[in-house]
Amino acid sequence: MEVTGLRRRRLPALALTFIALLLAMLTIGSAPATADEVGLDEYDFKVSGLVELNDKPLAGVELVIEGSGFKVEVESGDDGRWAVGVPEKGDYTVTLNEETLPEGIAVIDPEDETPNVREITVGQSGSAVANFFIGKGERNTVSWGQQLLDRVINGLNFGLLLALAAIGLSLIFGTTGLNNFAHAEMVSFGALMALTFAVQLALPLWLAIIIAIVLSAGFGFTLDAAIWKPLRRKGVGLIPMMIVSIGLSLALRYTFQLFYGGEIRQLPFAGMADLKLGPISLSPIDLASMAISLVVLAGVAFFLLRTRIGKATRAVSDNPSLASASGIDVDRVIRIVWIVGGALAGLSGILWAYFRPGVSWDMGFQILLLIFAAVTLGGLGTAFGALVGSLIVGLFVEISTLWLPSDMKYAGALVILILVLLFRPQGVLGRKERIG
Amino acid sequence: MGVDFWQILMNGAVELISPTTAAYALAALGLAIHFGYTGLLNFGQAGFMAIGAYGFAISTLTFQFPVWAAVLVGVGASVVFALILGVPTLRLRADYLSIVTIAAAEILRLIFTTNTFDPVTGSANGLSGYKGSYGDPVTREGAWGFAGLNPFPKGSYGFGPWVMDEYNFFLTIVAWVIVILAALLTWQLMRSPWGRVIKGIREDEDAVRALGKNVYFYKMQSLILGGVFGTLAGMIFILPRAVVPSNYATTLTFFIYTILLLGGAATILGPVVGSIIFWVLLSIVSGFIARAQGAGWLPFLSSVQAGQLRFIIVGVVLMLLVIFRPQGIFGNKKELAFVK
Repeated sequence: MEVTGLRRRRLPALALTFIALLLAMLTIGSAPATADEVGLDEYDFKVSGLVELNDKPLAGVELVIEGSGFKVEVESGDDGRWAVGVPEKGDYTVTLNEETLPEGIAVIDPEDETPNVREITVGQSGSAVANFFIGKGERNTVSWGQQLLDRVINGLNFGLLLALAAIGLSLIFGTTGLNNFAHAEMVSFGALMALTFAVQLALPLWLAIIIAIVLSAGFGFTLDAAIWKPLRRKGVGLIPMMIVSIGLSLALRYTFQLFYGGEIRQLPFAGMADLKLGPISLSPIDLASMAISLVVLAGVAFFLLRTRIGKATRAVSDNPSLASASGIDVDRVIRIVWIVGGALAGLSGILWAYFRPGVSWDMGFQILLLIFAAVTLGGLGTAFGALVGSLIVGLFVEISTLWLPSDMKYAGALVILILVLLFRPQGVLGRKERIG
Repeated sequence: MGVDFWQILMNGAVELISPTTAAYALAALGLAIHFGYTGLLNFGQAGFMAIGAYGFAISTLTFQFPVWAAVLVGVGASVVFALILGVPTLRLRADYLSIVTIAAAEILRLIFTTNTFDPVTGSANGLSGYKGSYGDPVTREGAWGFAGLNPFPKGSYGFGPWVMDEYNFFLTIVAWVIVILAALLTWQLMRSPWGRVIKGIREDEDAVRALGKNVYFYKMQSLILGGVFGTLAGMIFILPRAVVPSNYATTLTFFIYTILLLGGAATILGPVVGSIIFWVLLSIVSGFIARAQGAGWLPFLSSVQAGQLRFIIVGVVLMLLVIFRPQGIFGNKKELAFVK
């Protein structure tokens, strides 16, 4: 990357600032007439691409696509993507307007005199892709060990927040036998409530989080009282119940979208700067998130192992009829499990909103399969198995990005799920009973 | 401004015979074999459909295969997919299959969405341009692909609300012929000795095993057959539109479950009629909501929100069906799909 470094240094900083200022004024003065998708409906053939810097999408970068007597301008969208329709197969030139890139950023390619211009051919497939190598003027390298350490810390954080949701799901499965697909919506619910109280009603964050968790607990209780208890009374089987939970998940998810819209919004203090703790860099939010998860998980462990109602919960998980015969009020235990599961899912949703970062209507659904994977990996219905499974999934998802492209990281975790089922179907901590 | 009920009904009537309805009917028929007749909880039907869609489109675009070869590639890939899913899970409890199939379908969708394979899969933008060309209207020179097989002269066909060009006319006929053949095949299979074993597995796996049948192989055959139906459905599904990976999310599988349970899980006609009712009603309901919103009857909704109501309705209908009429419209209460 020496060449680019030189190239960048040749441009005086003053001129760059001037151009940036000029551009800023221009963009304020006139609304851009371009969009991130141009003419896709008009033409059958397509040129598309993605403008990214270190895996973060760059919006509003201008590109000109020219060829076969045709010319079109496009601007990358919020997700960094752009696409244009072109009238025929053939050769096209894609020019990236470097002046629309953020300051100090350039298209880099040491073997190319004009790296911001690319020749592409729309061939038999009817589409072509033009991606650019974008980076800082000089390349900054992070040692492999440092990257691994960062990923491990991130993975632990992610695993702990998954564990909160997974333990709730696992307890519900253990006591009622229900594979609750609507657990995803219980996760989203917590984050959406935090958004409502902390942003829309502008309450202090700590108060908003407490209200959101209490409401999530109430949500869990309501779901049980309104839907699951009557269904259990009716004697509906487990598989129909699972399909009911799928319908519920679909209805709730789109109800959230109805009220909150499709956009992603941030909770207060999201995106705080990282602190340096020796070799580790973490934001205060990450630290708080991990601390809260650990304290709450310890609390759940205490509840399950030491309290009467916790022991009763494990007894019901083990054998509901026997528990009932020994005088345990099974309905009460199940009600408490739903309340605890709701609260844990809500908290997990709030932490997930900081980890992603952002609150959206389908955020819970995005990690539903990872939660299922965690629960299955640990052994269906065992609370501590869910914790171990979550940590495995969290670490694997994050560490796998060292090798896998980041948009494939969830796929890796799901592959692990299938492999574990192949060799140890009872899960990591599950007992070896008959499950066939 | 009033609401044009006639137009809403006409739009609903279009869905009655549309290729999309046929595609969902075929996918639901495959699911009926899995879930209704064998008792397999396949939550990855969207994955089988994605394999059909991408298998067909990629063979056509990247490898320039003729239609028959592209179809064979898709079907072959779906058999392999069924084997990969079935080998680890068919010996386990039913809910393990559900988790593995839903995970596998998501893995496929992520693979088709990632930028890594963009030149082949078109990543998030998907693929288009695989439909072929009719060629010269008279001499048929330059005809290729599915549109090139069209025997009908150029022009407009049909009557009433069902007026379409020669491409859609040909596609509609092909789609429904495949659905009818698949339904006849399923009907014959289910009254054959094979079908009795399959239904026996649903009712009591251990009893069938005690009779000396290899339950594992029967389940595997059922998974493959239903999966191939799903794959063919995926091919029909993409012929009126483009391949877009986000179409193959788990929501697609849940829609097909709703269709299946609407018609009746362990029936032949159920999936087909269920699909027709589902799409006609969905078109009428969302058409009505959209127009009522436009006419100012629903002041609390924006037009985007009105579009989301259909998903909420599907979710609620799915719940109510399972709770109050689990056998569906055509099902026999004695032959419930839910056994365990």
